[in-house]
Amino acid sequence: MNKPFWTKWRHLMFVLLVPLVTSGCGERYLVLNPAGPVARIEQRLIILTIVMVLIVVIPVIILTAVIVARYRDRPDRTAPYMPEWSESKVLEVVWWGIPIVIIGIIGTFTVRDTFRLVKPQLPEAPLTIQVTSLNWKWLFQYPDQNIATVNYCKIPTNRPVEFVLTSDAPMNSFWVPQLGGQEYTMPGMAMRLWLQADKPGVYFGHGANFTGKGYAKMAFDVVATDAQGFDQWTKQVKASAPPLTKQGYKNLTTKQDIVGKQEFSSFPPGMFEADIRINGGMYMKHQLKEATD
Amino acid sequence: MPASVTNFATHFFVLGDPLIYGADASIVLVTLAILFVLTYFKKWGWLWREWLTTVDHKKIGIMYLIAALLMFFRGGVDAILMRTQLVWPGMHFLQSEHYNEIFTTHGTIMILFMAMPFIFAMFNIAVPLQIGARDVAFPYLNAISFWMFFFGAMLLNLSFVIGGSPDAGWVSYPPLAGPEYSIGPGENFYLLALQISGIGSMGTGINFFVTILKMRAPGMTLMRMPLFCWSVLAASILIILAFPALTAALALLLFDRLAGSHFFTMLAGGNPMMYINLFWVWGHPEVYIVVLPAFGIFSEVVATFSRKRTFGYASMVASLMTIVVLSYLVWAHHFFTMGAGPGVNSFFALASMIIGIPTGVKVFNWLFTMYRGRIRMTAPMLWTVGFIPNFVIGGATGVMLASAPTDYQYHNSYFLIAHFHQVLIGGVVYGMLAGMYYWWPKMFGHMLNERWARHAFWWFNIGFYVCFMPQYLVGLMGMTRRIYDYPGDMGWNTLNLVSTIGAYMMGIGFILLVLDVVYSIFYGERDKTGDPWDGRTLEWSLPSPAPHYNFARIPIVTARDAWWIMKEARRGDLTDVSTTEGVESVRVTQSKQTAPQSLKQSGPLQPIHMPKDSGRPFVLSVCFFIFGWGLVFQWYWMAIPGFLGILASLLARSFEKETSYHIPVEEIEKTEAAYGRL
Repeated sequence: MNKPFWTKWRHLMFVLLVPLVTSGCGERYLVLNPAGPVARIEQRLIILTIVMVLIVVIPVIILTAVIVARYRDRPDRTAPYMPEWSESKVLEVVWWGIPIVIIGIIGTFTVRDTFRLVKPQLPEAPLTIQVTSLNWKWLFQYPDQNIATVNYCKIPTNRPVEFVLTSDAPMNSFWVPQLGGQEYTMPGMAMRLWLQADKPGVYFGHGANFTGKGYAKMAFDVVATDAQGFDQWTKQVKASAPPLTKQGYKNLTTKQDIVGKQEFSSFPPGMFEADIRINGGMYMKHQLKEATD
Repeated sequence: MPASVTNFATHFFVLGDPLIYGADASIVLVTLAILFVLTYFKKWGWLWREWLTTVDHKKIGIMYLIAALLMFFRGGVDAILMRTQLVWPGMHFLQSEHYNEIFTTHGTIMILFMAMPFIFAMFNIAVPLQIGARDVAFPYLNAISFWMFFFGAMLLNLSFVIGGSPDAGWVSYPPLAGPEYSIGPGENFYLLALQISGIGSMGTGINFFVTILKMRAPGMTLMRMPLFCWSVLAASILIILAFPALTAALALLLFDRLAGSHFFTMLAGGNPMMYINLFWVWGHPEVYIVVLPAFGIFSEVVATFSRKRTFGYASMVASLMTIVVLSYLVWAHHFFTMGAGPGVNSFFALASMIIGIPTGVKVFNWLFTMYRGRIRMTAPMLWTVGFIPNFVIGGATGVMLASAPTDYQYHNSYFLIAHFHQVLIGGVVYGMLAGMYYWWPKMFGHMLNERWARHAFWWFNIGFYVCFMPQYLVGLMGMTRRIYDYPGDMGWNTLNLVSTIGAYMMGIGFILLVLDVVYSIFYGERDKTGDPWDGRTLEWSLPSPAPHYNFARIPIVTARDAWWIMKEARRGDLTDVSTTEGVESVRVTQSKQTAPQSLKQSGPLQPIHMPKDSGRPFVLSVCFFIFGWGLVFQWYWMAIPGFLGILASLLARSFEKETSYHIPVEEIEKTEAAYGRL
């Protein structure tokens, strides 16, 4: 410990940088590589907050190193020593003030974006997809197209998609990082999440809230294609896939297992709403109304 | 063997996992070893008289410390097991169910059975000595608190080998933790263990609240208290107001599980959101309950080892109290993504960010306490200085998480995991270890070896960054928490590998820390003065370890940093007064006149009124353990006698008349003379 303190910290900084360097490619950072307007609003706010907090973090870390190096107790130390100095109105105002200003700025943008993300501007009619988290799979129902899929869904690009979320199992959370932040799926309730993809691609999605044994395998894909491709795909599913029967749905829910991707050419009408009702939605009239609107 | 017996055994004992068989074997061996040692060295009486029945805050503090370190080990082993499973995708080290149990017990143990007893250890060891008291306000309750915690912890730990551990996460949200999805006794263990130890925590909160308000030595006004005492006062207020919410949540969930009620089921009109709200109304203040005492310790350590008065004392107190109030207004930030409207989310986002302001202020005050001081980089100071960058980064990512729209992206990802480990390890663990090194000589009469301490610190500190910095990144890559396996094509592999290496480095750091303790027990420098660090507060005016009654004469306090002022006056050293403002020099001059009086502590010694030891807190807690155990397995033949035992213990106390005694003057004289202080 006779070396100056900062040499230790230099090693530390090196250690900090290792993971950054080794992890390489930037497009792996899904959250920072948005593919739609919702994720983009969130990504911009993330970058803003990072910059704002660094205004405090970096000086404080430097200050810590400098103060420790300068005021270490050594026989030949000539730095001033003022053991009774313990008050300074000016300094106190400065460091109550700086965080207040920074929090003020972050807070303003936070509130703005919180309200902005509630509903998107709608140049086009949204596509509605009803999502049910099950043990341990994802069921997607397209009420307008009357098709259903398991563990993946297709969406058209440049069109807002309204995901209506519920769960017929313990609560999970529906997260597609490149399209936008997550929202919980809860039994007996219908939650809404608006997402949109600007460009075609296969977007990684995963359940984000623990639901037991098979939870780790609850990944799904959100595949974005242009509107034409989407229509073709729905037609193809309608033509080739088997229908989802009530018994088929029961099999999906009661067999607690992990399955691959599946498609269905139809599903029993009103199944999603009925599911919410019997899982407790009947006690929450406003929820039920919202789900069936 | 009859089928019913085999059936019982397979449900009662956890079978089929070599790791658990290993645990079984080690538990049996350790138990046998302890029994053997106690019997061989004829220590049963000693154990009962000196420890199991004690109401002495210093001994209770030591027991809390030992328990906390043991639980730190258990929780740490859990962490190492998890990181080993996650080192690379497709590992077959742990099965899913086993992994789920381990992350559940890791979280539960680290928060409730490591962090809590660790802060209580520090409360007990330091507070009465710092405020010039002879014990806490309610010594008997203090013993109950410890034993309730202890048996709660035992109950949870036994679940690993008997009946199966809880596996619904440390937050235990219904419906996953409800009777439908969590079959078996695991969740019952969780609910009852937390409930029993929660009673202990509540007792401690009340005890130290009253102790600090009512038991201060004459002259010690609130604004002359050491900052650690302020932080304990703040944490006690939080405990008193927050724990009832947890008690209610756990009790109602237990009713759902055992009695078929529907508080937290969606069916029959319940709502799991009520649990989630209750849990976090406790849960967020809880993180401040554990971190505020750490702040208090840092304040003590920084001032002592910079040989300087704490900078901005009033500001420090104000920020502590601001945090107390604000910490009740932030709980919903744990579920921004559960469908709250933008108004609600905005409110809780702003409140959560605002709480960062007083916290940031404290960091600046610590830095400027060091500024123009004379910094000695001893072990406690090393952990304190290590804490600052850690907590600044952790606090910054906390502000980032508080911003609701960005939280939609961080929530339940590894970014969140990295954040809260950074504030809980970087804040609480670093703080408690700083406190442990700092007060170790006061507890045991010898120092911990500095060389070992430095090695332990650097392994742990560097290991921390290696372990958790990659987790921020992997979170931004979309990796979610609580998964035992992950896809190999997401770019997460290297970062997870690095993180695991870091976890092992922290493990090495912990082993070195334990070795330091073992080494120092035999070879550590003995503390003959009672004031090895040249301290500032009253605990350093006493011999190490302090006598049973703490203060032969209650000191008269004339200023903040009471012991420092007394020493200054003794040295007649007023050279520094010239540098301070007018008010300060008046204060020091005044203290010079009054201090020698309190130093010599003239006047005859008086007999000291002390509480009697009692075995009943232990018995009461054993009854709670039996009661809890019975409920876990729904064995009412066992629960009912346990409950009757509880009632009997409480009744017996009510009829007890002689709960205290006086230490005669001759005995005090003898003790003081042995310390060379008469």
